Amino acid sequence: MTTTYAVLSEGLEKRFGAVHALRGLDLAVAEGTVCGVLGPNGAGKTTAVRLLTTLLRPDAGSARVAGHDLAREPAAVRRRIGVTGQDTSVDGDLTGRQNLRLFARLHRVRDAAARAGELLERFGLAEAADRTASTYSGGMRRRLDLAVSLIRRPDVLFLDEPTTGLDPASRNRIWDAVHELKRQGTTVVLTTQYLEEADRLADDIALVDRGRVAHTGSPAQLKALIGSHAEVVVPHADLMARAAAVLDHLTGSEPVLDPGRRAVGAVTTDPTLTLPRLVRELDGAGVPLLDATLRPPTLDDVFLRLTGESLGTAKEVAA
Amino acid sequence: MSALAYDGMAMVGRQLRRIRNNPGITVMTQVMPVNMLLFFGYVFGSALAMPGREYRSFLVPGLLAATAAGGIMTGMFQAAQDSHRGVMDRLRTMPVSRAAVPAGQAVADLVVTAIGTVPLLLVGLAVGWRIEGTAAEALGAVGLLLLFRFACTWAGILLGLLSRSEEAAGQLGASTFVLPLLSNAYIPTDNLAGWLRAVAEWNPISAVTTALRDLFGNAPVPEGAAWPVAHPVAGTLAWCTALIAVCAPLAVRRYAHGEG
Repeated sequence: MTTTYAVLSEGLEKRFGAVHALRGLDLAVAEGTVCGVLGPNGAGKTTAVRLLTTLLRPDAGSARVAGHDLAREPAAVRRRIGVTGQDTSVDGDLTGRQNLRLFARLHRVRDAAARAGELLERFGLAEAADRTASTYSGGMRRRLDLAVSLIRRPDVLFLDEPTTGLDPASRNRIWDAVHELKRQGTTVVLTTQYLEEADRLADDIALVDRGRVAHTGSPAQLKALIGSHAEVVVPHADLMARAAAVLDHLTGSEPVLDPGRRAVGAVTTDPTLTLPRLVRELDGAGVPLLDATLRPPTLDDVFLRLTGESLGTAKEVAA
Repeated sequence: MSALAYDGMAMVGRQLRRIRNNPGITVMTQVMPVNMLLFFGYVFGSALAMPGREYRSFLVPGLLAATAAGGIMTGMFQAAQDSHRGVMDRLRTMPVSRAAVPAGQAVADLVVTAIGTVPLLLVGLAVGWRIEGTAAEALGAVGLLLLFRFACTWAGILLGLLSRSEEAAGQLGASTFVLPLLSNAYIPTDNLAGWLRAVAEWNPISAVTTALRDLFGNAPVPEGAAWPVAHPVAGTLAWCTALIAVCAPLAVRRYAHGEG
């Protein structure tokens, strides 16, 4: 069986003056799947989306989107994609309904008014339909934005950080919409800074770091790769070595010592290692504990592990 | 219907709805020349050699041309506002005719201007301005005025798309108010120093103003003026053709390419 790719890019490069935003991005998104493009600010996520949606032209490299070459057939690509950018891409001076009707008309939808009404209902905007979009809350605007992207069901939908800064209710609505789209067969490319979001929505995750895809895999594969982080805090510094020995034995990975906090941490991919077991083992070895934690990996852990750079310290570059 | 016509109509609709939802700035730009007519006509006019009513008749065509030149500011501001908002990105990622967005803005502006000029004409009539030529000439004057507005709007759209921010466009746009001051819109240019007179008469606003004065029958074409003023109708047509021929294709290209 051969896989058909909705998005297939090879060696995409883009420079903005001295900033090398993309340094050879290879991205493959199978048709009908949701791909989470995960990375810190400045990794090149937004630049990648802008290139793949015909807004920017690459300095080097090529890509096919929805079966068409990006450089040679941009108009054909535009007919098959939907985009919800990081900056809301609706007209703030128009009402929600006017926005939907305008874009429906531009998409040659026969009954633009009916389609607008239907989408307003679906995204919980019926009450606010006749207010100008500039008066909407961030969540409402993002919902309207997504509704506009769905006027005509796109083959490939690009969502650039669709839930950044949203309240949980708005976020859930957007997540539901992504699930629904996937069920209908739309390919979704979603950039995010949140591991949880990628975990909930994505079939595959492409980890982007400094303009390249550093790693790809399913959320489960990535998590298995990273493992959970176990950490204990002991009352005396001279207990740290013993705690480290126990952690080493339990996790099979080299413990990291933080003498300032008298903390010892280690990464584990063993699913049978639970917090009670961790505490019992240390207690059995005669190591008194002030604190013990066992937490699933965060995006920061993923990054630290796969790129050697933490999200917090990743260089801030305008994407 | 061709894609450009269809998309263009949709974009005209968008601009008109935007203005209807938020009429403040549009109303202000149309009320301004009425205020200027009253201030200049009665306050400044009293200090000029020309008798009051005669000056106001002289002033109305000048204000019409100056207001039309305001299309640079309006066009620039709207285009800059648009280009720095996400909505343009959405349009660029859609199969929408590339020329439809700027063309829609220019045509919508023309509709608004055609309506917005009526109050100035009415107040003009109330303070003594009259159409002293034939109806055909008056219609020709209105046609030239709208053509000039259209040309100025295209120039504004181009500048707006080139500007770095909405604020920059706002500042540059506001500074265009000096353009009519360097023309014969408010004063006769006959007594200006030689070089200043040349600058003022090569200002497109002067050709338009002179054409309007001539066609409305308010004042004769001045003697010994530079070519565009000495042949005001041809001069106006030439200026407008040049502005549109240069600015419209560049604006469409700039819009289509976005940031590169």
